[in-house]
Amino acid sequence: MKQDAFSPGGGAPFEVLAKESLANSQLRRNLGKATTTIRQKRAAAVGEMPDWEELREAGRALKERVMRHLDEYLLQLEESVTRAGGKVHWARDAREANRIVASIARGHAAREVVKVKSIATDETKLNEYLEREGIRAIETDLAELIIQLSGEESSHILVPAIHKNRSEIRELFLRELDAGDLSDEPTDLTNTARLYLRKKFLEAEVGISGANFAVAETGTVSVVESEGNGRMCTTLPRVLVTVMGIEKVIPAWQDFEVFMQLLPRSSTAERMNPYTSFWTGVSEGDGPQEFHLVLLDNGRTDVLADERGRQALNCIRCSACLNVCPVYERVGGHAYNSVYPGPIGAILTPQLVGIGKKGPDSLPYASSLCGACYEVCPVKINIPEVLIELRGKVVRHKQDAGEGWRSRLDPENAAMQLMARNFSDVRLYEASQKLAKAGQWPLARGGVIQRLPGRLSGWSAVRDLKPVPRQTFREWWKKERGS
Amino acid sequence: MRVALFITCFNDTLFPETGIATVRLLERLGVEVDFPREQTCCGQMHFNTGYQREAIPLVRRFVKIFSPYEAVVAPSGSCVGMVRELYPMAAELAGDNKLAEEVEALAPRVFELSEFLVKKLGVTDVGAYYPHRVTYHPTCHSLRMIKVGDAPLALLRAVRGLDLVELSQAEECCGFGGTFAVKNADTSAAMLADKVRHILDTRAEACAAGDNSCLMHIGGALRRQRTGVATVHLAEILASTEEEIRR
Repeated sequence: MKQDAFSPGGGAPFEVLAKESLANSQLRRNLGKATTTIRQKRAAAVGEMPDWEELREAGRALKERVMRHLDEYLLQLEESVTRAGGKVHWARDAREANRIVASIARGHAAREVVKVKSIATDETKLNEYLEREGIRAIETDLAELIIQLSGEESSHILVPAIHKNRSEIRELFLRELDAGDLSDEPTDLTNTARLYLRKKFLEAEVGISGANFAVAETGTVSVVESEGNGRMCTTLPRVLVTVMGIEKVIPAWQDFEVFMQLLPRSSTAERMNPYTSFWTGVSEGDGPQEFHLVLLDNGRTDVLADERGRQALNCIRCSACLNVCPVYERVGGHAYNSVYPGPIGAILTPQLVGIGKKGPDSLPYASSLCGACYEVCPVKINIPEVLIELRGKVVRHKQDAGEGWRSRLDPENAAMQLMARNFSDVRLYEASQKLAKAGQWPLARGGVIQRLPGRLSGWSAVRDLKPVPRQTFREWWKKERGS
Repeated sequence: MRVALFITCFNDTLFPETGIATVRLLERLGVEVDFPREQTCCGQMHFNTGYQREAIPLVRRFVKIFSPYEAVVAPSGSCVGMVRELYPMAAELAGDNKLAEEVEALAPRVFELSEFLVKKLGVTDVGAYYPHRVTYHPTCHSLRMIKVGDAPLALLRAVRGLDLVELSQAEECCGFGGTFAVKNADTSAAMLADKVRHILDTRAEACAAGDNSCLMHIGGALRRQRTGVATVHLAEILASTEEEIRR
């Protein structure tokens, strides 16, 4: 099984995986094209809203309120869903959630289940779990289907197959769906998937979904989508199971006013998304006759404990931050090695799995802190601020957990300690400036430094460095002004 | 008006010419400049890399040294961003209410050079002369963190002889990001490659910005590739005058 951030080991660090992705020029072309297009569309869709900033602020305030009173809203949600004829299950972690879903499916002797795109169940690796239990999960979102058929991982929150172009998809369908004669025209590709899926929708006994929102007041669960596959999965099968992260609850029906304006414009750059499904428990003779809501914690309560870090739970999964991120645009989603890639993933993943794992610990550093993500976030998550805070936690964990000699020997830590000491006293600082001028002679050739040693070599691989000049500013000042 | 020059350790050590230009420019505009010699580093590199325990004493030093001044000016959007936007978080992490109050009092008086000129002094024409074709890269922290807006462009447009050419996708990060350029060197280089391509497309003689850190990164690649395109800090363009060039 693949080692990702949610695996016990935590997988490989970002910088290692990024190097692999960067070497794939097809991937960079696909991503560059896709993100540039969606970025421009989003800017236009948001630009026509005169009250966008007020909406963002309202979204932020609502989410903040939810997180402050999450326990109360969740109990209220349980009560409302139960009253409407649904059954609520509480899952402490991925294993518990998967076990609950599998036992419901087994209870109905299901060999196959149809799924709406859901990141929560990607997080718990539900499909793999069900497969081990002899149940086949069919992804019905086109991009998720592509990913499932190719045996790959999603690389984007909203468009999981963003890294693939249409000729790659054509080849996949020819191979996996026995599609006969097929062009790489999007309509042809979609029709092939549609024929395959229609049969699955009609046969499935159990449907599985995630949730974009669930209303505490009414018990209404909502899925927002573009293809109609979600509507099929949540209405055709007799049994519906929804797995939802506990942070997805919203207080009241009226709050949709804010989120339904923020989400489509931020994610697909649409004024309104094509399909929005709402369901409240079960209705006799209409739709699923059995509804289960699985409330998934899986680390979220721990995130809640950090008042700054918990902003990450406010995310409504629009993926605008991925599309504007200059790092994501270059390396793609796989380098983050998590179902949550991009800037939001860089602050969510390490908090969900906990600090102290090599892979997830590298994620807060996968950013130049340019701030583009914060600017577009529809619920104003201050991603750069949380990244910085998490870097602090990573460093403190290393310093405190590592034995004394080990952290002293760590070159980065040693250099940082030395510099902190030099900066703390102006005499030490001035002495180290002189030392830098004297000490650089082995590196400088003809007025330029072209090679740096060790960990700094990444800098000099593509850039020259100018040497430290003969006179510092303060020396000039002293000479000119005397004091 | 009397201001304290916050030179930043980076400019002090590696780009003294930017500091000298800042002093000459401000004095030419009638501003009295003081240079508090005790200053070292604002702590940004430590803070942003995660060495926050180590950064807090530097935050305290900075606040102590600069608090007596009515205004503090720095030729760096990034270091000003640290003081204005992240010192409150540092004080909170330190659990020090008194420091938080001092930060709150000082932060609004700390200005990046271009915003000080345009927003505080109210000048856009500083009497500069710079007869070159120049493009401008708005650094991320100037743009999105302290929001200098189009102050730098307004200043550049008023420079005599200067041919300002627009940089495509200007607002995208150049890939520097402090220790990011070292820790994620490959990703940083990929971002830099695109920035360099856009700069070369402008056929400018020089790329200007308000942060020497980003310029060192961009300039390093421009030089390695032998493009002949220079990098220049905004302060040096604004300090440059016809008399000086003739001399």
